[in-house]
Amino acid sequence: MPKQTFILNGKTTTVNVADDVRVLWVLRDVLGVTGPKYGCGINVCKACTSHINGKAFNPCSVRVGDLKPKDRVTTIEGLAKTAPGDLHPMQQAWIDLDVAQCGYCQPGQIMAAVALVKKVRREGREIEESDLDSIRNICRCGTYVRIREAIQQGASQM
Amino acid sequence: MTNSFRHEPDGPDTADAAGLQRRTFMGWVLAGATLTVAADLGLAQKAEAVVPSGPQVADLYDLEDAQTDSALPTSQLITIVINEDGTASFEMPRTEVGQGIITSTSMIIAEELDLPIDKVKVTMAKARQELAFNQLTAGSNTTFSTYTPFRVAAAIARQQLLEAAAILLGTQADRLITTGGVVRDTLGNEITYGDLAIEAAKQVVEAVEVVLRGEEKFRVIGKPQNRLDSRDAVTGKKKFTTDLQIKNALPTMVCRPPTHLGKPVKLLNTSAISRMPGVTHVAQIPTGIAVRAKTFGQCIDAVRAMKVQWEDGSAANESDDTILEELRAAEIPMLVPEVPGLAKTIETDCVFAFKSSAALEPYAAIADVRSDKATIWAGIKSPIFAQNQVAAITGLPPTAVTVNVITGGGSFGHKLFADHIKEATEASKAMGVPVKLMWHRADEPRQGRLHPMATSRVRATILAGEVLSFEQRHTSVLTDFEHGFGEILTNVADELPSQLGNYTLSQSVFALTQQMPYNFGVLDQLLNETVAPGDALSERFSTGSMRNIYSPDVCTAAELTVDKLAKAAKMDPVKFRLKYLKDPRVKAVLRKVAEEGNFGRKMAPNTAQGVAIHKEYKGCTAVLVEIDNRPATVNRDLGPETVTGPRVTKVVLAIDAGLVINPRGLEAQMQGGIMDGIALTLTSSNHFENGRFLEASWDNYFYTRQWNVPFDVEVHIMDTDSKTPGGGGEAAVGSTAAAVACAYARATGTNPTYFPIQHEKPLAFKPKSFVPPVPPSPTNGLSRTY
Repeated sequence: MPKQTFILNGKTTTVNVADDVRVLWVLRDVLGVTGPKYGCGINVCKACTSHINGKAFNPCSVRVGDLKPKDRVTTIEGLAKTAPGDLHPMQQAWIDLDVAQCGYCQPGQIMAAVALVKKVRREGREIEESDLDSIRNICRCGTYVRIREAIQQGASQM
Repeated sequence: MTNSFRHEPDGPDTADAAGLQRRTFMGWVLAGATLTVAADLGLAQKAEAVVPSGPQVADLYDLEDAQTDSALPTSQLITIVINEDGTASFEMPRTEVGQGIITSTSMIIAEELDLPIDKVKVTMAKARQELAFNQLTAGSNTTFSTYTPFRVAAAIARQQLLEAAAILLGTQADRLITTGGVVRDTLGNEITYGDLAIEAAKQVVEAVEVVLRGEEKFRVIGKPQNRLDSRDAVTGKKKFTTDLQIKNALPTMVCRPPTHLGKPVKLLNTSAISRMPGVTHVAQIPTGIAVRAKTFGQCIDAVRAMKVQWEDGSAANESDDTILEELRAAEIPMLVPEVPGLAKTIETDCVFAFKSSAALEPYAAIADVRSDKATIWAGIKSPIFAQNQVAAITGLPPTAVTVNVITGGGSFGHKLFADHIKEATEASKAMGVPVKLMWHRADEPRQGRLHPMATSRVRATILAGEVLSFEQRHTSVLTDFEHGFGEILTNVADELPSQLGNYTLSQSVFALTQQMPYNFGVLDQLLNETVAPGDALSERFSTGSMRNIYSPDVCTAAELTVDKLAKAAKMDPVKFRLKYLKDPRVKAVLRKVAEEGNFGRKMAPNTAQGVAIHKEYKGCTAVLVEIDNRPATVNRDLGPETVTGPRVTKVVLAIDAGLVINPRGLEAQMQGGIMDGIALTLTSSNHFENGRFLEASWDNYFYTRQWNVPFDVEVHIMDTDSKTPGGGGEAAVGSTAAAVACAYARATGTNPTYFPIQHEKPLAFKPKSFVPPVPPSPTNGLSRTY
């Protein structure tokens, strides 16, 4: 069984698993890191959204064999450590605005929001309504209104 | 107790309204190592006892009453334990699926116990057979049915702590006060609840009486409270069923038939599948071929590789069109003939497509079936029903079956059923090992629970601006209530209003939930449901309720008709409704949204406002929406399999929900219900074609997405003098769906007749394969980062 090595939430991690197992299942079923959720397995619902080298990606659609040893994978569990303070400002905004209902999609929503804010900053601008409209993460409880408010608040603290 | 919600002339319960005479309740102190108190769940407000004559059943005695009354004769004890660390523990016999009842229940206990809310530890009770009908989470009934018993238990705990403290402090209980989990005397001496937990404990059961605190003294109830699990939700710590690490419960999935509710005959390549990477077990179960592997990814690969001989489902030759023909044939004629002469007849005839009630968390259950016992972990709103199902499958007595209730990742009707639990039980039994069974997303809209296809027809007559009659005929594919509603209603059959005597179960539910709160002369609403000849119940379609049972469809057809009547009467839609509405509470919410939303303001071409009202669950809502149907909006191209279309740009909702425990939670339920209502009218449905539902992904089943979300959503919670909590989980859905339909009709100048609007448009996605039944896992994720 091949050894797979990558950096997970700041720690170099090695795991014995076949190349073509998707990263989502390596995280959830092998390593027990369950913050990224399964909602579709085909990169549509975005519930598993995590970061690779600081950018949003969906581990349901990446073979673990395609990760390089220096690739930094950050899940919701590791997000707080990427910013000063107890929680990432986006997590704090989610709490302040009481966004979550069932909470199943929210790890993915938060990871997507952080990456989106960084992306528009790279483009030299701030979040606009059209950026919020572009978020594909689904929330079946319909918390979208508070998600939009929380992203604005979280961005202001990032 | 519910009179204040009603408008009949009987008058309110004067004692309570005046707030002077408080009712004394009875409860128990149980034997325990620390203080343990109990109250009877049957203390729920006695539902409306007198059934005055009236035009409609639900006006007088609605589903909340039926559920609550059914609980009375079988109710059992719920207990609160005061722990040595000063916390209070409570096992709630209801299921949290995102609606916020752990938080609101904690608030109720914190209020009556004078304990900080973070010291109230509410968990979900395992299945308890003795609770019978009182462990079902449905019909927005939780707060209504549990508010009083939960308060009584907490008040008894506080009273016992005071009495124990009085002995220790050498004083009398009525000279002590409680605050923040501490008992204090007038000299400033303090004892914490934790220090009293053992002192206050009893060795024998004692019955005690307690008087509840007056609502005017509430400090927690009615104040906005954030969810208690929000930190866990945003840090990834919140655990759902598939997140649990149960020893040896490996990932398990099921290869399912191409047709809806088809059955497996035989797996043709068993040995090849058994040798696939990671696979440990393969077994045939009644719904398909189950495979257990080290990861879910390997289960998906195995499911895709299976060659299976299938038996078609019994609707294999049917499609949307043939089911609609069947519904048309079953429609019941209207009573009032078309009126000749001067009266004008207004007709509405709407079709509502099948819809999937799937939550984002797919059906998932862990099962460990042994020869002498079975243990289940799952999100389930009917745990006793599930326990009985597991017992039936395994041949074990229900007492040997433990059903652990796990927080659900949404429900919307799906988790009322035990489909996932039954499958996990079958798989574990067949394989002889524990399983963590999960449905693939593609399985959910194709084989999971559906809101049934229906037609709703209305005929109203109007003469000289006065409405003479209003008849509605709702015809639906059968709705499955096997999860316990059936027993609930049968259980109270003797107490039901006599009008229900000859109704079927579904018709009873319909009559108990539907209310037309208008003075429309001859008023009549009826349901008929279809079952194919020779078919047993629920064998043809897997159906159920979906964040409301009939209301969104019924309300949409009715409110579209009200708009037409207003037009015929040459009246403004708000003024027309205000003229005919019976209930001052409904009028008040409508006035509120009309004012706050500036109803009647001048709108640009292809944009319009719409209003609608809905009355159910001892409360009422009004919704005003603005819709943008301009080509630049409708034709937004946001990529493949992305439905844009008309956009609801603004929503103003007002709700009178009676006594509100947590306004912040209620606002969240309204915001979510609004998103559901928008999807029901504009985008979300299942297409049925040759026995197969085409949808298999969230980019096929178009629930509201960010690009459909209104820019402006306002929720107004009405002040009310009611002391009874209503229901919130479903209240916003019907009125929003109807208001969007009314706005769409106005903006387009059309008479929409098929919902959602998107359903009749060209299919906005390419259907995924049926054999294999799940799509391949993509590998291109690294090229789609941002």
